[in-house]
Amino acid sequence: MGNDHIVRSYDEELNRLTGLLARMGGLVEAELAGAIEAVSSRDAELATRTVRSDARVDDLEREIGEQVVRVMALRQPVASDLRLVLGSLRIAGDLERSADYAKNVAKRAVALAQLPVLRPVHAIPRMGTVVREMLKDVLDAFAARDVAKAVAVWNRDEELDEMHGSLFRELVTYMMEDPRNITGSTHLLFIAKNIERIGDHATNIAETIHYLVKGVPLAGERPKGDGTSFSTVGAEGAQ
Amino acid sequence: MDTTIIETQMPSMLGAAQDAGIPVKIEARGVNVHYGAKHALKSVDIDIRANQVTAFIGPSGCGKSTFLRCLNRMNDTIESCRVAGSLRIDGDDIYDPTLDVVQLRARVGMVFQKPNPFPKSIYDNVAYGPRIHGLFNSKADLDAVVEKALRGAALWDEVKDRLGESGTGLSGGQQQRLCIARAIAVGPEVILMDEPCSALDPIATAHVETLIDELRANFTIVIVTHSMQQAARVSQRTAFFHLGTLVEEDDTATIFTNPRDERTQGYITGRYG
Ligand SMILES: Nc1ncnc2c1ncn2[C@@H]1O[C@H](COP(=O)(O)OP(=O)(O)OP(=O)(O)O)[C@@H](O)[C@H]1O
Ligand SMILES: [Mg+2]
Repeated sequence: MGNDHIVRSYDEELNRLTGLLARMGGLVEAELAGAIEAVSSRDAELATRTVRSDARVDDLEREIGEQVVRVMALRQPVASDLRLVLGSLRIAGDLERSADYAKNVAKRAVALAQLPVLRPVHAIPRMGTVVREMLKDVLDAFAARDVAKAVAVWNRDEELDEMHGSLFRELVTYMMEDPRNITGSTHLLFIAKNIERIGDHATNIAETIHYLVKGVPLAGERPKGDGTSFSTVGAEGAQ
Repeated sequence: MDTTIIETQMPSMLGAAQDAGIPVKIEARGVNVHYGAKHALKSVDIDIRANQVTAFIGPSGCGKSTFLRCLNRMNDTIESCRVAGSLRIDGDDIYDPTLDVVQLRARVGMVFQKPNPFPKSIYDNVAYGPRIHGLFNSKADLDAVVEKALRGAALWDEVKDRLGESGTGLSGGQQQRLCIARAIAVGPEVILMDEPCSALDPIATAHVETLIDELRANFTIVIVTHSMQQAARVSQRTAFFHLGTLVEEDDTATIFTNPRDERTQGYITGRYG
């Protein structure tokens, strides 16, 4: 049994859908890379360009939505095709949210570039590297329908959460040391949070890949290496 | 940190046929059918559950109609046809040589692909079965049986003022509902339908599908269809046949979201060569 549909135009429509997703993924990767680079190199001009590039991602999400509606209406996909079409829609949604977070990072890079350099900023490119690898791997996993690779991304979210948690504690301490650090540190807090959220979307995509390939959800406790929601920094942290 | 991954089975989208608790109406075990040397059905095992719509799907020539015809012994009329194995309705052996086949067909009625009303009045078409089986005591009684069947087939309002007109003068969709009325007039337990909508337009099809859904409150229904969408819309269980074998039978929602067998997947997604 071949993998192609008897009706060739059906395959063409599904290929168009996955093609649009690949393009969208590439744009989001570039937007994320630009945003991280703008933070670490204090490049306001790059940051501004990155913010502007987000509109293209939104356009692609809309295009993917339209293609999904079209395939649903004309082909009434079932089984693996249905899972692919619905999965694509969900992945497009996760990519669009990821791009929004990247855009937010880029906006804050503009503000940070006007402020004195903050010591904890060194953690941002490290987090950025992890999240960029997660995004790249999960997009590769989708292109190859590689469940093992998707699960590896899913498991890696813990590492990112831990990095976020430790940067959070470092920043709180840093702000306590000197209130003049507060403005910049707040930007860094949000940047770190945005990156951490992109990691969550990458794990969502990993779950979608698992479902669309295997037909069953990836269940179980998602690794959580982050305790920032409950973190407190004691007075001793301020010494 | 526990990062174990557990794969859970998706709950059925319709929450419909959970095997447990739904009584079996027809049980088939090791059913083999030959037409001369041609082995048309190979060791078919299936439980058809009461008050459910079970759809038979599969490529042309896979044996759907053959199996359907086993359920009320319509194959008896085919000279070369040999049926082996066990087929039971409520525990009664369908192929028991002492069984009255006319009685069996009253219990297991059939609706065919092409609407085939007799060239008689609408009334007489529906009254035909009850007359043969003597299922009434008076003219008023028969009138009531005819009205009930026509109402059951969602046709009454359209024909109540012209019961004396010929059944062949109705539209295709009305004719098919007339045939359903004729089938249910004798009070069957099971209704077999072999591609009942293939000659109907989408509106007439929608009427018949609505009717099928209503009928399952009182009857067990088995429908053969070439339309995947129709199987998905009307049935609770779907059985996929391929080259004379029953490949898989499951909740309709499971078949159409995550079938177990590659062949089922290939067929329903239109990849089958
Ligand atoms: N009366 C017959 N004599 C000889 N062979 C028959 C007879 N009826 C059916 N067959 C053969 O048995 C096999 C199953 O036929 P059947 O009619 O059950 O298929 P089907 O699944 O209903 O196909 P379709 O979707 O085309 O109606 C086919 O190979 C067919 O050629
Ligand atoms: Mg047939």
